[in-house]
Amino acid sequence: MSVDGAAITDVIATDGLTKRFGRVTAVDSVDLRIPEGVRFGLLGPNGSGKTTLVRMLLGLVHPTSGAMEVLGRSMPRHAAWVLPQIGALVESPAAWGHLSGRANLRLLDAAGPGGLGRLRRDRRARVEQALERVGLAGIDRRPVRAYSLGMRQRLGIAAALLRAPRLLLLDEPTNGLDPRGIHEMRALFTELNDAGTTVVLSSHLLSEVEALCTRVGVMDAGRLVLSQDLDALRAPTGRVLLRTPDPATAVAVLDGRVERRSGDVLTVRHDDPAALNAQLVANGVRVSALEAQRRSLEQVMLELTGAGADRVDRGRGTPGAGAPAGEVRR
Amino acid sequence: MIAVELRMMLRRPRVWLCWALLCALPALVAVLLAATRLAPPPGRGGAFLSAVVANGQLFPAAALALVLPVFLPITVAIVAGDAVAGEASAGTLRYLLVRPVGRLRLLAAKLLSVAVFVLLAVLLVTATSYGVGVAAFGFGPDAAVGGAGGIASLSGAVLTPFDLLLRTAITVGYLALCMLALGAVGLFFSTLTDSPPAATLGVLALVVAGAALQPLDAAAAIEPFLPTAHWLAWIDLYRDPILWEDLRAGIEVQAGYVLVAFGAAWANFATKDITS
Ligand SMILES: Nc1ncnc2c1ncn2[C@@H]1O[C@H](COP(=O)(O)OP(=O)(O)OP(=O)(O)O)[C@@H](O)[C@H]1O
Ligand SMILES: [Mg+2]
Repeated sequence: MSVDGAAITDVIATDGLTKRFGRVTAVDSVDLRIPEGVRFGLLGPNGSGKTTLVRMLLGLVHPTSGAMEVLGRSMPRHAAWVLPQIGALVESPAAWGHLSGRANLRLLDAAGPGGLGRLRRDRRARVEQALERVGLAGIDRRPVRAYSLGMRQRLGIAAALLRAPRLLLLDEPTNGLDPRGIHEMRALFTELNDAGTTVVLSSHLLSEVEALCTRVGVMDAGRLVLSQDLDALRAPTGRVLLRTPDPATAVAVLDGRVERRSGDVLTVRHDDPAALNAQLVANGVRVSALEAQRRSLEQVMLELTGAGADRVDRGRGTPGAGAPAGEVRR
Repeated sequence: MIAVELRMMLRRPRVWLCWALLCALPALVAVLLAATRLAPPPGRGGAFLSAVVANGQLFPAAALALVLPVFLPITVAIVAGDAVAGEASAGTLRYLLVRPVGRLRLLAAKLLSVAVFVLLAVLLVTATSYGVGVAAFGFGPDAAVGGAGGIASLSGAVLTPFDLLLRTAITVGYLALCMLALGAVGLFFSTLTDSPPAATLGVLALVVAGAALQPLDAAAAIEPFLPTAHWLAWIDLYRDPILWEDLRAGIEVQAGYVLVAFGAAWANFATKDITS
């Protein structure tokens, strides 16, 4: 495992991490690096292996091959050192249904290491603080069984926050929350991140990831097909979208720089919209709209990934059949 | 984790229901016997039942004999089968393990809570049935003369109250061990599946299979090793002198079950993928 000077600041580093369930390869030689302090969004179609990856990082599932380090130590060997510093949500929240949310958090906290010693005194305070953070401070003694989906989700996030973790590993944390809840959680994660917590979350809500994360990873059919800063990903593509009433003249003027023409919209290879505009106007081409092209996360996703594993088409042998052909596909 | 597990167990309504039912059956029998005075003739019906009408102090033994073949194994199977599979099906298992609770510690806590459950079950049955028995049948013929008097053992000799107490205590310990062996098997089954009913039914299947094989001459070679083989050995405690042979064999076999089943549970659980 490569632990050079730079890798120490990676909170997560995996090398060729692979997990097979029988004949299904859920995670396929993933080399993932997540630097400390980022907000990392893990994306990918259904069944692409996100949850399995999270489970492996937490020592719940044992890799078929490959190695991983979390917070600089190899997992699962150093689980007893690593796990107390992680707050996790795996797949969906879970709680003992016959107990109240508060009792659940207290018992869960007491079950952990040092539960009866040093940490005992401030348990109540920590539980109250966690409940407060997720907006459940005023929760009554109802058993969790009677909670709504959103309340359970909040309780699950509160459980992850109990011991002020260095790393939050959250699998679909906003699942089942209403728009206000999603907004609150985004504010909460940003606040925690500003205080130094690394936040790693998986989600299907691209807008959510776009609004929250600084870096994204994309999985497809078990492979990590992309891991990049969001800014770089959404940077101008070096193309300009040009709308003009004189497309034919424009094509002649731009001389081979036009990559695509559909109706009166041209896709022009050019870095500088202002210079392009000046050139067109100087040559008598009227311009109705001009915009540097940026890739949306959705576009990136559709280009990178095939159909999800939840969609099982007949005669499906070619992965991603039916999805738009990927230019960037590796 | 161990303290948490015990607290969790005591807060489960199901556990209290099991205990209540276990105590209710002997109480019901006592009420019926007291009302009708129709004790089964010696040698028929539950062990000791014919004797209790004469002396209520023997009723705990009769009560244990009543719940032992079916009721007690069922409750143990329910509680032990639920131990790990229940957490898995509720999804709390993964959150406990990432808290983190070590896997060995989790299993040990579960086994301990099963042990506490069976011990309390046997104790509660003994205690409540003593109360019920004395209330329904009195202290026997000598009671009028010298308070709580002697009790005839199965062999005819008279036992002092202290002797009876001692023998009852050994009975409680022995039955708790037998049930713990069953519970350990249930714990092992519970690590094999994410479904508590499956583990429970597995344990019950084992009990039924054991009971079915036991009387077969063809199964004589394995008979001493069946889980149910020595369950009735404690009755020898009420003879005078006590016949220790069968009890000792029973303790060995049942303790062996606990060790082997817990080892198997650990071997399976230590490296298991938690995908629940
Ligand atoms: N216990 C298991 N046994 C067999 N196959 C499994 C198991 N768990 C997961 N898989 C398979 O592994 C693949 C990845 O599953 P995983 O749950 O990691 O996907 P995911 O990215 O989390 O999907 P989603 O977005 O739907 O949550 C799927 O094809 C799934 O069928
Ligand atoms: Mg998932």
